Amino acid sequence: MASSTSLRGAPASTRQWRVVDIVVASVIAVAVGVLFFAWSAGYSGISVLTAGFPPLAGLYSGGWLIAGVLGGLIIRKPGAAIYCEVLASVVSALIGTQWGVSVLLSGAIQGIGAELVFLLFLYRKWNLPVALLAGLGAGLALAISENILYNALWSIEFKLLYTLFASISGVVIAGLLSWLAMRGLARTGVLSAFAAGRTADV
Amino acid sequence: MSTDYLTPVLTGTTLMRANPVSKLFAAVVITLALMASIDWVSAAVVLACELALMPLLGISVRGLVRRIWPLLIAAGVGAYGTALLAEKTGAVLLDIGPFLFTEGSVAAGIAVGLRGLALALPGIFILLSTDPTDLADALAQKLHLPHRFVLGGLASLRLVGLLVEQWEMLGLARHARGIGSDGSPVARARNLLGQSFGLIVQAIRRATRLATAMEARGFGSGSRTWARESTFLPLDAVVAAVGLLVAAGAVTAAVLAGTWNFILS
Amino acid sequence: MTPANAPSPGAVHIRTRGWGWRHAGRRAFAARHLDLEIQPGERVLLLGASGAGKSTVLHGLAGLLGSQDEGEQEGELLLDGAHPAAARGRAGLVLQDPETQVVLARVGDEVAFAAENLAVPREEIWRRVGRALDDVGLGLPLDHPTTALSGGQKQRLALAAVLAMEPGLLLLDEPTANLDPDGVLEVRDAVVRVLERTGATLVVVEHRVAVWADVVDRVIVLDATGGVLADGPPATVLVQEGTRTRLAAAGVWVPGWQPAVGGTMPGSSGSGYGDGVLLSAHGLGVARTRRGPAAVEDLDLTVRAGEALGITGPNGAGKSTAALTLGGLLRPRAGRLDASPLLAGTAGSDPFRWRSAQLVRRIGTVFQEPEHQFLTATVADELAFGPRQAGTAEATRTASVAERLRLTHLLQANPFTLSGGEKRRLSVATMLATAPRVLVLDEPTFGQDAGTWAELVTLLRELVDDGVAVLSVTHDAEFIAALGGTTLHISGGAGRLVSR
Ligand SMILES: Nc1ncnc2c1ncn2[C@@H]1O[C@H](COP(=O)(O)OP(=O)(O)OP(=O)(O)O)[C@@H](O)[C@H]1O
Ligand SMILES: Nc1ncnc2c1ncn2[C@@H]1O[C@H](COP(=O)(O)OP(=O)(O)OP(=O)(O)O)[C@@H](O)[C@H]1O
Ligand SMILES: [Mg+2]
Ligand SMILES: [Mg+2]
Repeated sequence: MASSTSLRGAPASTRQWRVVDIVVASVIAVAVGVLFFAWSAGYSGISVLTAGFPPLAGLYSGGWLIAGVLGGLIIRKPGAAIYCEVLASVVSALIGTQWGVSVLLSGAIQGIGAELVFLLFLYRKWNLPVALLAGLGAGLALAISENILYNALWSIEFKLLYTLFASISGVVIAGLLSWLAMRGLARTGVLSAFAAGRTADV
Repeated sequence: MSTDYLTPVLTGTTLMRANPVSKLFAAVVITLALMASIDWVSAAVVLACELALMPLLGISVRGLVRRIWPLLIAAGVGAYGTALLAEKTGAVLLDIGPFLFTEGSVAAGIAVGLRGLALALPGIFILLSTDPTDLADALAQKLHLPHRFVLGGLASLRLVGLLVEQWEMLGLARHARGIGSDGSPVARARNLLGQSFGLIVQAIRRATRLATAMEARGFGSGSRTWARESTFLPLDAVVAAVGLLVAAGAVTAAVLAGTWNFILS
Repeated sequence: MTPANAPSPGAVHIRTRGWGWRHAGRRAFAARHLDLEIQPGERVLLLGASGAGKSTVLHGLAGLLGSQDEGEQEGELLLDGAHPAAARGRAGLVLQDPETQVVLARVGDEVAFAAENLAVPREEIWRRVGRALDDVGLGLPLDHPTTALSGGQKQRLALAAVLAMEPGLLLLDEPTANLDPDGVLEVRDAVVRVLERTGATLVVVEHRVAVWADVVDRVIVLDATGGVLADGPPATVLVQEGTRTRLAAAGVWVPGWQPAVGGTMPGSSGSGYGDGVLLSAHGLGVARTRRGPAAVEDLDLTVRAGEALGITGPNGAGKSTAALTLGGLLRPRAGRLDASPLLAGTAGSDPFRWRSAQLVRRIGTVFQEPEHQFLTATVADELAFGPRQAGTAEATRTASVAERLRLTHLLQANPFTLSGGEKRRLSVATMLATAPRVLVLDEPTFGQDAGTWAELVTLLRELVDDGVAVLSVTHDAEFIAALGGTTLHISGGAGRLVSR
């Protein structure tokens, strides 16, 4: 009985996912997944613009990395970044993007990129530098996988440029924006069930 | 983007009876075969098979194009980008300043374009023929993914279906409180941003509330049973076999044609 | 089947010793000093002023409170001698808001969900689903989508979903708020039927005592400051003169007693606004969506300054849709809605085309779902928001509205953490603060105790006396009567005007 009491009783192991963690992580992921869909549709337009110099499209790629970084920052549980990024990509695949089922793989890889950074700080630190680093991690993961899976026929210097642009985009769009979004959400009081909502200095 | 993207109408009657896991299996096998190589033969074979299977979806060509036009553009652009950036081999086809296209680079571009389309379609197949609840049942019962996550994901999927309605309500409420969508373009943009943020806040709020409601009904710990059994039918063997056949056919054709081009090589 | 319903072996026994709970971020305890013992099979009606902690107690009984970062607990609360979280599945709770507790997409799956979580075998689940749906009178196919349900149907669904757990303790939080009068009795009878069969323990929270008084064995009244105000059989607590006055003073709706309302009955003083027409509708058709079916058609109506109009009708008749249209928020499907120059001033005559800043000064609309309208992070900001937007920052008026609607002690709280009744009062207060000429209120009195109800009526009477037109959608006949206005009855299609 003691064990079941601790389910809701004691401060519960902070590593374990509560139901509210799962549902809120899912909602964030699904909402960002819808955003992915719009972002992917926008990509069709952007890529027309960057057609003169396709590696520039890397600058746009940060949008696909938000789910992992944001989910990780809010939920603060091991696996949150991967879970959110994968679920978001599933949703966008279900709605229909140009990458179909293969986004599952991309999602997992990008999620791992962000997750590794959070793991590096042992799931203890959640400040701006960590958020930016997580964005960078996700950006690098994205660049490497994209270069192998889709840009394979580009020559090497273009691949390197793509990696650079994707990293910048990851830091700014996924890292900075997610951090700002987390802070904004905390300020509304909606994250009161999460450490993110209590420790943010608002 | 409209409601029907979020709550799609299911159309594929035959495919709908198949277990989502078998459809997923077929899609993954085909996708893996496609991803393994960038060449026009394997992509064309898969694409041709997919188009041949299209009638299973019971959707008109026009209906399909309306749904996937962004994918068509993306495929075209991907093809062009590759033609521009790939190694310039073979005879020169076009040379205007920095824009140099050769036989080799154009062939690579065509391969990337075809591959892009072929990659996108399995997702559409699954979308049009799979009920999310069935998918969750199958993932938890057949693939034994953790049920808390599968059901949490399913519940949130439903919440997002309600977002469109909530978006409209939120717009009305903001108008009533005096911050509607009128004024200069800047004011409009700010309002749109504020409303989007409000929507996310509401979605999280609802999710928190929903988690409580789920716990109030005993969700979250211990084992659970399933009211609806996810089963495999003979049809599922067919679906899986077709997936394998298409994938194997594509690889074989590419190898025989000598175009096979493994991405890690 | 004995009328005194012998407790079934599954019925839950409740004991609390000095139990209390303080929500994180609040200084005051939501509930405190509770020493209760409830026998298996007992049926308890839990009363108390709005904000007294009724919902908190139900959450505690359902095992939904407990982790340290959600708040602080004192004393102990035991179900059958065990911690509620350990007695998983023994208690089934229907939350205050049916809208947000739908989990799945199909009616059948939704009802089966709880039974699945309790690892009930498959055949047994479907047997329970069928019976639970029968019990609550929800005769829908199992694959009916849960989005396409009216408010009343959702309330029944939430009840069925909990009944399928076959809980030994049934916890209901205002299960009939927002239902039309027929629906209230139907849902109550459904609960009684189930209790008769299962013998489960019942704790139900409801402000309107009369509905449940005849079917419960015991009434417990929570004191807002902690402890219990009264505890005993309804025949004693609700009838004895001593307790009756004590309860009435605490704002409990005692049957057969009407809270004293201040102000003058509108219309009786002949306030002399004469022909001051503000809004007029001609052949108005209203609909939620641009293409879907119209909810109400052919509505003819004039709204005059200093007039109170009540809009009634069954669930799903289209009252809220009509209210939103009259509030200038939805585009009329057919016919026209005109604002007279008296109301419109410099703006055009079509309220739907007004800009937000113009609208907020002229027509104030309170939505049925209070949370839809909250925009800020504290109650104080929320109250100040409207006047600032309208450019009429009147701090004294705002403060007095907050004071009279008993929100002053909550000024720093987040609007979304308020109790059900407090949320309702805040959403009404935000609209009163902007002082519009026309007020459209959708269910302004749900979840209110007698004290705040009377204060609200008094406030509105004063506004009407000052020449404000008040349109209220409500199932609360006493409220319409107290405002002394005309009634518009909407049912299935056309509106019918019932004069007073
Ligand atoms: N999640 C929460 N966080 C902080 N405070 C809360 C929370 N929920 C409730 N409260 C506060 O606790 C007190 C008791 O709330 P509770 O919901 O139990 O009241 P109630 O008796 O059910 O009222 P009502 O009749 O209005 O529903 C209120 O002052 C409320 O503002
Ligand atoms: N957001 C919505 N989108 C589409 N249809 C809706 C929406 N809300 C309600 N409806 C439908 O419009 C009709 C009228 O609903 P409305 O909310 O106006 O009823 P009501 O009279 O206010 O009911 P209640 O007493 O339950 O509040 C109903 O049939 C309802 O199912
Ligand atoms: Mg309550
Ligand atoms: Mg309504």
